[in-house]
This record gives sequence, C-alpha cells and structure tokens, in this order.
Amino acid sequence: MNIQNLLKIALKALNNNKMRCFLTMLGVIIGVGAVIAMLAIGQGSKDSIKAQISEMGSNMIMIFPGADKRGGVRQSSDDMQTLKPADYEALVTQASTIANITPTVSSSGQWIYGNSNYPSQAQGVNTQYLDIRQRSVAEGDFFTETDVKNAAKVCVLGKTLVDNLFPDGSDPIGKVVRFGKVPLTVIGVLEEKGYNTMGQDQDDLALVPYTTVMKRMLAIDYLQGIQASAIDEEQTEKTIDEITDILRTQHKLRDGDEDNFTIRSMQELAEMISSTSSMMTVLLAAVAGISLLVGGIGIMNIMIVSVTERTREIGLRMSIGATGRDIMTQFLIEAVIISVTGGIIGILLGALASWMIVTFAHWPVTVSASSVILSFLVCTVIGIIFGFYPAAKASNLDPIEAIRYE
Amino acid sequence: MAKEKEIIKIVDLKRYFKVGDETVKALRGVSFTIYEGEFVTIMGTSGSGKSTLLNTLGCLDTPTSGQYLLDGISVQDMGKNERARIRNRKIGFIFQNYNLLPKTTALENVELPLLYNSGVSAKERAERAEKCLRAVGLGDRLYHKSNQMSGGQQQRVAIARALVNNPVIILADEATGNLDTRTSFSILTLFQKLYNEGKTIIFVTHNPELALYSSRNIMLRDGHIVSDEYNYDIKSAEEVYRNLPQEE
Ligand SMILES: Nc1ncnc2c1ncn2[C@@H]1O[C@H](COP(=O)(O)OP(=O)(O)O)[C@@H](O)[C@H]1O
Ligand SMILES: [Mg+2]
Repeated sequence: MNIQNLLKIALKALNNNKMRCFLTMLGVIIGVGAVIAMLAIGQGSKDSIKAQISEMGSNMIMIFPGADKRGGVRQSSDDMQTLKPADYEALVTQASTIANITPTVSSSGQWIYGNSNYPSQAQGVNTQYLDIRQRSVAEGDFFTETDVKNAAKVCVLGKTLVDNLFPDGSDPIGKVVRFGKVPLTVIGVLEEKGYNTMGQDQDDLALVPYTTVMKRMLAIDYLQGIQASAIDEEQTEKTIDEITDILRTQHKLRDGDEDNFTIRSMQELAEMISSTSSMMTVLLAAVAGISLLVGGIGIMNIMIVSVTERTREIGLRMSIGATGRDIMTQFLIEAVIISVTGGIIGILLGALASWMIVTFAHWPVTVSASSVILSFLVCTVIGIIFGFYPAAKASNLDPIEAIRYE
Repeated sequence: MAKEKEIIKIVDLKRYFKVGDETVKALRGVSFTIYEGEFVTIMGTSGSGKSTLLNTLGCLDTPTSGQYLLDGISVQDMGKNERARIRNRKIGFIFQNYNLLPKTTALENVELPLLYNSGVSAKERAERAEKCLRAVGLGDRLYHKSNQMSGGQQQRVAIARALVNNPVIILADEATGNLDTRTSFSILTLFQKLYNEGKTIIFVTHNPELALYSSRNIMLRDGHIVSDEYNYDIKSAEEVYRNLPQEE
C-alpha cells in the first residue's frame, strides 16, 4: 500500500468534515500560538539583556567597598570607605590582566548655567573611563592625565545636560558652568547614546576628573568604587582573582578574614539576570505547553469519536482489501495532518501576536527559529501520540462486525 | 456448461461461534465446488448460515474447521494481512446496504479497491473505474455524489466497485434486499448480464423466487446444505423487468 494513496484518502476524509477538523485544530492552534508567543517574549527579554550587557562592555568589572552585601547585613559607614586611591594605584601597577581601570566617585547636585539649571550628578572618573564604558567624545576634548593630577575644574557633558543648560542651542565648549558652588569649564560633549534597553537615559551624564570630585566637591579621601575592564572577556574570572589577591594584600587581610570589598563582573550580572529570565521563560512555556497538551487530547477525543462514527467505513475499507496497517496509517495521517496544520497556523498566529506585542506594547520580543522548529516537531509528535490510540482502535476492528455496525 | 476451472472448493466447512457458554453452530459441515462462469444463488431462511458462509468465502472470516481453496489457493490458514490482500485482488463484495462512502463521487467510490493496490497507477485507476461504471449503466453519473443517488443507482455503484479489481468471484449478500421489486429486477438483470459475460457470481438471498434466474441454486438450512441443483432453464430478469408496471 503506498503512502501517497493513504494521504489522499486521509485528506479526503478530513475534507468531508471541515468544521470538526477546524475545531479540533483550534486546540493545537491556540496551544502552539501561546508557546511561540511566550518563548518569543522570553527570548526577547534575554536578547535585550544581552544587548545591554554588551552595550556596557561585557568584560567590565566593578569593585565596591565593603563586604559582599548579598547577605543583606547592614554596612557601617567605615565599611563604605575601604577603597582608597592607594588601592587603585596598586591595581594599576600590579595587575596584569586589566586593560583599563578608573576610580569612580560621584556627587549629586544642581548643574547651573546662567538661568538654566538641571539636577544631575558629577561623575568623577579618570581618562580610561571612556574605553571601559565604550563611550566617546563628539565635540571638544576629554580631560587629560594632567587635569586628573591637578584636580582641574573641567567637565565633559552628556547631550541631555547640554540640552538643559544651553536650551538656546549655543556652543557649550569653553563655557563655564557651575556644579553647586564649583565652577567648571566645559571642554567636551559626549557622543549621544540615547536610552538603553532598560529605559535609562545614557546621556544624562557629566564626567569630571575624580580628583576634582574628591577634593573640591565631596572632600573625601576614599573611593566609592573602581571600574575596570579585563583584557580578555573569557578570563574575567582570572582577573577577578588577581584583583582580589592584590586588594587583600593591600588591605592586609589574613587568611580567613572576609574580603572588605566586593567585586562584580558584568558577566556574573548577566548570568544572574538571564537565569531569572530563563526561569520565567520556562514557566511561561510550561503553561503554554499544557494548553498544547490539551489540544492533543482534543485530537484524541475527536479521533475516537470519528473512529466510532466511521466504523462502517472502516469495515468497508477492510472488506475491499485494506489491511489493519492501512487503516492505522490512514488515521495516524489524519491526526498528524490536523496537528501539523494546526501547528503551522499556530506558529503564524504566535508570530503575529509577537509582532503585535512589539508594535503596540514595545516589549522586546524575538521569535526564534528554534522555537518554531520545536513547535513543529512537538505537533507532529502530538499528532502521532494522540492519534495512535484511536488509529490502533480502528485497525483492530473486525471487518464483519464493523461493516454491520449501525 | 463449461466446468473446466474450479474457482471455489470447500470441503466440510464448519464455523462455530462461542457465545458465553454456548456454541452456535452456524455452519455444520458444508462442501461444494463452484466452477468458473457459474451464477449460484444461495438460499435459506434467516439464520440458516448464509452470511456466515459468504463471509468465509469472502475471506472476511476464517472457518473453525474444513478446507477452502480459492482459485487454487488454500486460504483457510491465511493471516489477516494475506486475507486482506486476497480480498483486494480476487474478490468483489456487494452488500445489502451498498456501503458507499458518503459525500464521495461514484467514480471515487469505485476507485477505492484500487487505492489499496499500489500496482495500479492513478490513471489506470480512473480508467478502470469509469469503464466499470459504464458497464453497470452509470456512464452519465460518474461525478454524482453517493448520497445524491437512488438505492438502485447506489447498488449499481457498489457492483461497479466489486468489478473494478477483476475479481475471480463476485459475492453478493442480499444485494436486492433493500430495493423495491422493479429495481430488484433491474439489478438482477445486471447480474445476468455479468453472468453472460462469463463472470462467476454467488448471490445470497432469502427470496426463493430468485432461484429461477441463476444457473445453480444451493439451499441451506441450519448450517447444512439441503439441496444443490442446477437450473438449465434460466428465466430472463430483463423480461420480468420490462413487464412490471412502471412506478411513479
Ligand atoms: N458473530 C457471531 N457470533 C455469534 N453468533 C453468530 C455470529 N454471526 C452469526 N451468528 C449466528 O449464526 C447463525 C447464522 O447466521 P447468519 O449466517 O447471519 O444467517 P443468515 O445470513 O442466513 O441470516 C445465526 O444463528 C446467528 O445468530
Ligand atoms: Mg444474512
């Protein structure tokens, strides 16, 4: 018996019962559509996190004062002052796997120019900050090592600050603005970066030599943090170990003492976020998968009814020479056609839903090829599994009894 | 009567059914030989074992004991799949209630047995089905759906379906049982035409009158053959048909 003929027979049988066929398909359509949309949402949020991480530099390492806060223990103010400029110097001279490194200190306050003022921060960094954060200067210059050494009263502004302080669009370069009481000469404007995928304005930023922030604004002798980039993205772990060793020596910690600083890598952060998002994806997909399962049971249900209803037809087919196997194959093909057609429609519908989510809700959504292929395979398998019992039932009918069935 | 080729030979065929603790003896040892070109009617009251016998001859059922040779092949010990193949290649079955596929054209219904024979191409299938429909007088209704046809027309389609695989034997179980007298005789006329063309036919009926129209009549009672007689003066069904009053 050739499969082409059985396919023809199965198609004809389905065609004879279009409405029922469609309703049966509906379960699969909804199930697959939901799976595709859920996976797309999950994948989309993962992709956006990834994009954001690489935006920020995936080899970035951040060092904070105080012990690891993940335990939730309150930190005393002493703990927050454990990072000193000397630690930074030590890292610069001793670490071999660090590409760039900058101290960070920041002060909040009002930026003022003429009648305009804008509340923001002064971000104290050194000259390597741009490389670490993958930023660049669009107009004018960045400050120099000499500026850092001299705690020069200069600043480089982000686009948002420029727009707010110079609303008339005049050239900010060379103008003297004030941060609180400190007058600072604008020497450059940062290249515009827009909002990141988390919705933060990356241009609401003003960079000042860190020494200026420490001495002239905050009057502190400690650092709020250190940011560095590893030479090799693959070996961030190694860099972290190296930094830990240097800082422990620097802080004269003995074996068994807890670190009084915390190191976070961008990768670690990425993994944390993406594992949460993976869990969400699995959860959403599981819920959607259950509806697919229900769709499969729907197929089985209808196929069983159909076998009972078509008992006479089955008897006839057997009496004119169909083998049990032919009957089985016919019903399996019917089930698979229903589930696969439903699956294809479901995939299209899921993709459409994803597109609507992107267009109207502006969520990051990605329909991945693997989710499409997976859904397709799952549908075929569901058709076979849930079609098997009714098909086997049909093929085991006794032709004489079947043909007499009323 | 040319008695050269044995189409069916059964020897002491028995078929018992177990129903609970009891055994129903539907066939209690039936023997006969049917030769190529015979038109045999099998008669008997309801419950005499006619259908059971025909199902066995049609390889739908297996005998409890006894021998059965179909076209020289011993079939009593065949497995399910082999029997399906024999049904497909050597037997044409006609049922009392036609058993056509609903919502399906006459042509497609007739093609059906050939769909289960991968040796027949789609083109040959359509050609043979059309030829058979013409042979039963439905050349102008190839594309009519089965449920749009009268009982007589449906039975003609069923006969065409039984002919399409060039069977060695045509088996009909109460083929006119659902039809009025006039239509019955038109169907009977068709069977006689097939007989005259040399086809071998077994026609099961409980109507004793029909014995006059076949070449041989076997009478069953309680699973035994009570008579097996040749009829050398076959009445023409067509004549009867023509003389019957035309109904509205
Ligand atoms: N599948 C079966 N199970 C039990 N008894 C059966 C079965 N088929 C037929 N019989 C019995 O066998 C006898 C002959 O039946 P059947 O061949 O159908 O007679 P007919 O066709 O001459 O009316 C009846 O008594 C019937 O009840
Ligand atoms: Mg009967």
